Amino acid sequence: MKTIVTIVFIVVLFGCKESNSERKVVAINNFNMVEPIDIIKAKDITIPVYDYDSFEKLIATNDTKTYVVNFWATWCKPCVEELPSFEKIYDKYKGQNVEVILVSLDFPKKVDDVLVPFIEKNKLKSNVILLDDPKQNRWIPKVDKDWSGAIPATIIINENNRSFYEKSFTFIELEDQLKGFITN
Amino acid sequence: MKPLKIIFLIVVVITNSAFTFPSSIGDGYEIGDKAADFKLKNIDGKTVSLSDYKDAKGFLVVFTCNTCPYANAYEERIIALDKKYKLKGVPVIAINPNNPSKSPEESFEQMQERAANKGYTFPYLVDKGQNISPLYGAQRTPHCFLLEKTSNGNIVKYIGAIDDNYQDEAAVETAYVANAIDAMLVGEEIQIKNTKAIGCSIKL
Repeated sequence: MKTIVTIVFIVVLFGCKESNSERKVVAINNFNMVEPIDIIKAKDITIPVYDYDSFEKLIATNDTKTYVVNFWATWCKPCVEELPSFEKIYDKYKGQNVEVILVSLDFPKKVDDVLVPFIEKNKLKSNVILLDDPKQNRWIPKVDKDWSGAIPATIIINENNRSFYEKSFTFIELEDQLKGFITN
Repeated sequence: MKPLKIIFLIVVVITNSAFTFPSSIGDGYEIGDKAADFKLKNIDGKTVSLSDYKDAKGFLVVFTCNTCPYANAYEERIIALDKKYKLKGVPVIAINPNNPSKSPEESFEQMQERAANKGYTFPYLVDKGQNISPLYGAQRTPHCFLLEKTSNGNIVKYIGAIDDNYQDEAAVETAYVANAIDAMLVGEEIQIKNTKAIGCSIKL
């Protein structure tokens, strides 16, 4: 039987007097929970941690949304350079059934010291999750058979279409690609 | 004149396609391909070529760099591989594929510093002009190419990651490179010839 995984992202807004910042938690509706293997909580940031199997369910597109999934890490310069484009996409298209998921490949032991401060400093608004699965030779080809494993890399996916890009994006290029998904 | 032009065009197209190499530059090597030798500057100022190693049975060519956290995570393991296998005729040859004008922390001086601090036991070469990594098809750091020296040149035997756990050496289940070298040295078929791993993209 085909498991139908319906994913709903619930945006939890923390009203925070001190910083006025809005923080999001990726949460899954309770029909078919895709539970993270761990949840990292630091101040007002929550980062769900997935291994590849749970991550795969997370982006299984049995819903009507278009997902822009970007593989990145704080140590990856070209990734950090293109993040503003993804944030801009998030801002511009959040009302149009588009979700941006920033999949961090930072080392799990660097999350507290590096990833969390990075998210705070750059006030990232898109969903940030941590993919913690050292068996890369098993899961990289599942993301895309042609992916060498170099980052940045991006998938745009919805119920009709899926494209993989092993490249850096400018905002215009990313928006161009995304438009093809939305008008389909 | 027009039909002549068309014939000329057809001839041009056929000739061009006839001279297109099956694996054009940029695609890189596949298992079984003959790997090109190179002449690159080492951190000691001397140049190194594969042909300098008269008694080698093969080479572990590793594209790596100063700053990539994955490269750093594997540094100790690359040193260990070199120490173990150069005694058996398969030395490590490390090449920094990054263009230092685009990433200054990959400069020659900083390569020297990194190698000295970490105690590199192998040559650490500058890919000046960034020609060798695209030729080999290195796409990230670290990226390994195991070559076997044969009468027919240096043949690519394995391409990919060092092992299957970058985070924790103690949790490694399959030591891809070590297994491949062991098999190569006794003339057995290498079980896993291609692997993928996350790594830093190369700044050409």
